[in-house]
Amino acid sequence: MKEIVVISGKGGTGKTSIVSSLAALGPKKVLADCDVDAADLHLILHPQIKEKHDFISGEKATIDPELCIECGECREKCRFGAISDGFKVLPEHCEGCGVCAYVCPADAVKMSPSHCGYLYVSDTRFGPMVHASLGIGEENSGKLVTTVRKKAAELAREYGYELVLVDGSPGIGCPVIASLTNADLAVIVVEPTISAEHDMRRVHELTQHFNIQCLVILNKADINVSISERIKDYCHKAEIPVLGSLPYDIKFTRAQIEGKSVVEFDPHGLGKEIEKIWQKMMTF
Amino acid sequence: MRVAVASGKGGTGKTTVAVNLARYLMGEGKEVSFIDCDVEEPNAHFFLMQEFDEEFKEYVTVPEIDTQKCLGESCKKCVQECRFKSLIWMVSEVLVFPELCHSCGLCKLVCPAQAVLDGQRELGTVRHARKDKLKFYSGLLRIGEAMAPPLIKKVKQYANPGDVQILDCPPGTSCPVIESLEGADFVVLVTEPTPFGLNDLKLAVELTRKLNYPFGVVINRDGMGDDAVLRYLDAENIPVLARFPHVQEAAQAYSQGKLLVDAFPEFKGLYQGLWMEINKLTDGLGGAR
Repeated sequence: MKEIVVISGKGGTGKTSIVSSLAALGPKKVLADCDVDAADLHLILHPQIKEKHDFISGEKATIDPELCIECGECREKCRFGAISDGFKVLPEHCEGCGVCAYVCPADAVKMSPSHCGYLYVSDTRFGPMVHASLGIGEENSGKLVTTVRKKAAELAREYGYELVLVDGSPGIGCPVIASLTNADLAVIVVEPTISAEHDMRRVHELTQHFNIQCLVILNKADINVSISERIKDYCHKAEIPVLGSLPYDIKFTRAQIEGKSVVEFDPHGLGKEIEKIWQKMMTF
Repeated sequence: MRVAVASGKGGTGKTTVAVNLARYLMGEGKEVSFIDCDVEEPNAHFFLMQEFDEEFKEYVTVPEIDTQKCLGESCKKCVQECRFKSLIWMVSEVLVFPELCHSCGLCKLVCPAQAVLDGQRELGTVRHARKDKLKFYSGLLRIGEAMAPPLIKKVKQYANPGDVQILDCPPGTSCPVIESLEGADFVVLVTEPTPFGLNDLKLAVELTRKLNYPFGVVINRDGMGDDAVLRYLDAENIPVLARFPHVQEAAQAYSQGKLLVDAFPEFKGLYQGLWMEINKLTDGLGGAR
């Protein structure tokens, strides 16, 4: 069983459009949306939710005003600025480290498990899907990504599927690192803009850091032909296989509005192009 | 005056809006501090500042164990108390995993033998530049470093409070965004009129409301999709600050790092309109500085 993670560095290059299209091709596979703080894959795959699990991770502090003697120890020692002037815990700043509870002389601080979001296991027309929603402003997105990824791998083993296809998040920080852990292949979706080119290089460095084989899909290739060529050169020198190029096409947006993958919306045009990319990807 | 530009979804045009707004304000004679809070994938410098005057590394404090002083097996308090599994007991000593450390300082507080010393973990680089009316601040997260918020905090701390500050935030709705928004007087949420844009805008609106920042929305690439975003904003009574048309030429200018307010005269008027709307909603806070 192989795990393929689609990432990009820069947001908005077309990760989710491409993942939903690849999902439509080939044999059944388990799909995982690891962009847990701005998940969009469900808008195309319309999952029928079968299981919903609470995602509890880490702790949060609360201060009992009855017991608090307002000595200020907790506020002084907290390195995250999570205690307000009125001795209330600001949950969006609390990292759950427990320093306040440790230093409180009045036992007024209670540490409780933190409910950070939900994990879903669903059915889609392309196979089972694992996805999640992180509570607004919650911490632990990396741990939620890990939970999604592990659940998806577990399902693939259970169903005997050969492939887990993961929609990653932008950036190079904790959710991306968490989605790359255990991945067999990272597919970078890049567009020919100086921003996306720069961001691709950084996310490529990250895959090298974790020793993961990398592939590239060049999306919206005709926006800037000379940067497209420069990206291909970079990939050639860095020995990153380029799976193919896709044009900038309003059909990507139209498919999204109809809640369809591009392969379903335009099977003979863009669909054929994406199929070629899929075929090439399967050779790795 | 601190204006943060955020979005939820990546690639909706946060950086485009932030850099062009900054450029418009400089043209109006304002002193601008631009803070690129996207330390994972910073891009604003391509549009505003090609070279940096200064670059330096930033660190966070992580524990280092003085094995001479450590009480060893009989104590292990630091290992028991650390909630991030950054300290573990291995065979006969305390091992530190600095990458997991949140720098809370609890290990140092609980150690009865003063055996926890201050070590360092590199977060990445902070970069400064200055040109005419612009002061520019950005960060570059070290490859492999998982935690962006501590570096974002460092990047922000240098900015001049007297200037109009424009903050270009990272995508998403979790900790890096919360750290970037901290202290904002107004939040500009940038969206595009597509189902993905709308879905992620709703998340960004929820976050901004929860944190209690005044905000409004810019619709970028107006005309590329449907009108569901407009209907949502209308139903929620959220002010539309500006609508930037979907034009292929704008995408091309962006791809090369060109500023729209320089390349297209009509965009200058649109950014003037955006700034007026922000001022209206902040009671002239921006005009006063």
